[in-house]
Amino acid sequence: MNVLVENFSLYGKGFLGTVELTVYASVLALVLGFVMASFRVAPVGSLRVFGTVWVTVLRNTPLTLLFFAVLLGLPRFGIVLPFQLFAVLALGCYTSAFICEALRSGINTVPRGQGEAARSLGMTFRQTLSTVVLPQAFRTVIPPVGSTLIALAKNSAIAGAFSVTELLGTYKTLNELGYNIIWTFVWIAVGYLIITLTISAIFNVLEKRYGVAR
Amino acid sequence: MSPMARATTTAATASALYDLPGPRTRQRHLAYGVLATLVIVGLIAWLLYLLFDTGQFTYTKWMPFQYEGIQELLLRGLGNTLKAFAIAAVLSLALGGVLAVGRLSDHAPVRWVATLIVEFFRAMPVLVMIFFIFVALKVQPLPALVAGLTLYNGSVLAEVFRSGVNSVDRGQREAAYALGMRKTQVMSYVLVPQAVRAMLPAIISQLVVALKDTSLGFLITYEEFLHAGKLIASNLDYDLPFIPVVMVISPIYIGMCMLLSWFANWVAKFERRSLKTEAVEVAPAETGTLLPGAGPPTAPKS
Repeated sequence: MNVLVENFSLYGKGFLGTVELTVYASVLALVLGFVMASFRVAPVGSLRVFGTVWVTVLRNTPLTLLFFAVLLGLPRFGIVLPFQLFAVLALGCYTSAFICEALRSGINTVPRGQGEAARSLGMTFRQTLSTVVLPQAFRTVIPPVGSTLIALAKNSAIAGAFSVTELLGTYKTLNELGYNIIWTFVWIAVGYLIITLTISAIFNVLEKRYGVAR
Repeated sequence: MSPMARATTTAATASALYDLPGPRTRQRHLAYGVLATLVIVGLIAWLLYLLFDTGQFTYTKWMPFQYEGIQELLLRGLGNTLKAFAIAAVLSLALGGVLAVGRLSDHAPVRWVATLIVEFFRAMPVLVMIFFIFVALKVQPLPALVAGLTLYNGSVLAEVFRSGVNSVDRGQREAAYALGMRKTQVMSYVLVPQAVRAMLPAIISQLVVALKDTSLGFLITYEEFLHAGKLIASNLDYDLPFIPVVMVISPIYIGMCMLLSWFANWVAKFERRSLKTEAVEVAPAETGTLLPGAGPPTAPKS
């Protein structure tokens, strides 16, 4: 208990760092994932290929390798940004591949008859998409997107090892200060549990509110 | 291609999103396609320009890969990665089996303990566990990496196994009990074989995650593939060949994971074909055949 009380500001800083990383990377991943998903279902061949390559490569890249390449590699091209921004980029791009797959399979679960019916009522492409297909797809993608974002929060721990301020990284300072290492880790674990449980609670609420049994 | 054939091929890929494109739409799509291709080619060209501009293809930077010592270093790293993966895969399959048995147990306390373990280790970042074992318990890098991966992937696999067993048709279990089998027999002869068959793709996908996560060993100074790359990349003699190292390492890593993912997809496709409908090709009745469908059994069509 002492470890937490005496170093509350340090823990708080790390906790906020993890939350920030998670939120920014989630936004980036959702936006990029949406773009890539629309590329993958587009009627234009070259966009489909681009989306497929993006997803296949990123899904099969170890996140550590991606961090390694982005945080240590991009500066070689003269791109110098704060490490936290690099970490958000790496996490966001990596997770966007998984979000893309979740969204795409969500769109694919909408029965084809729905789109056909909408079109035969004379709806335009935009109307079909925004009033018929996407609302139905949205309901089925809530759970997979939720678990992807939880995975993102857990993956943000890797950023700490590349000297970005976040929760796991606090153990180094506390270890040097001579605190009991086991309790240090217990409180780090509690911090991560709070974040992951919050995300899963949010998505449970969303699912109760919008989800539909199919 | 006849219009009819085109209609069927497009319909096979169509989703709820589009109708069959007419001639004007096809032209529009072609224009978009050309435009998008140009943009993508432009991006690739810009990337190549950047690579050349910052001098990533100079001889000094690529020289190290000719030396046998460096090649051996990389191979040793790759070997260590595969070693960690193999041990972690076997152990997590075993742990997953044990935990799944616990979660499916008839005794409530066993079930609670197993549930608690599974939920806790699934909610924890795998890196936190690895660091905890490495730093707090002062374990060597390889056992720490393997233990962390085993705890995480074992818990996930336990859920996979459990949902697999639960997804087997209820009648199977009831029939087996009705035949007088014990629970152990029902599990081992009836439910688990069918569950493993259905869950194999998910199991292999989880092994891909384990393979990817072996790279976390880099962060606890385990001498794996990425670590070997880092050693080469930070060598001043070769003008810090960081980008060349990434260009050599990532295709190998991504290739290994893709191979395993591809195998999972192949298994999934193999499982999806139905034995009942495809084992025997029913030949259409022709003049001269006495009974319809009397043709010889042929290999299933893909």
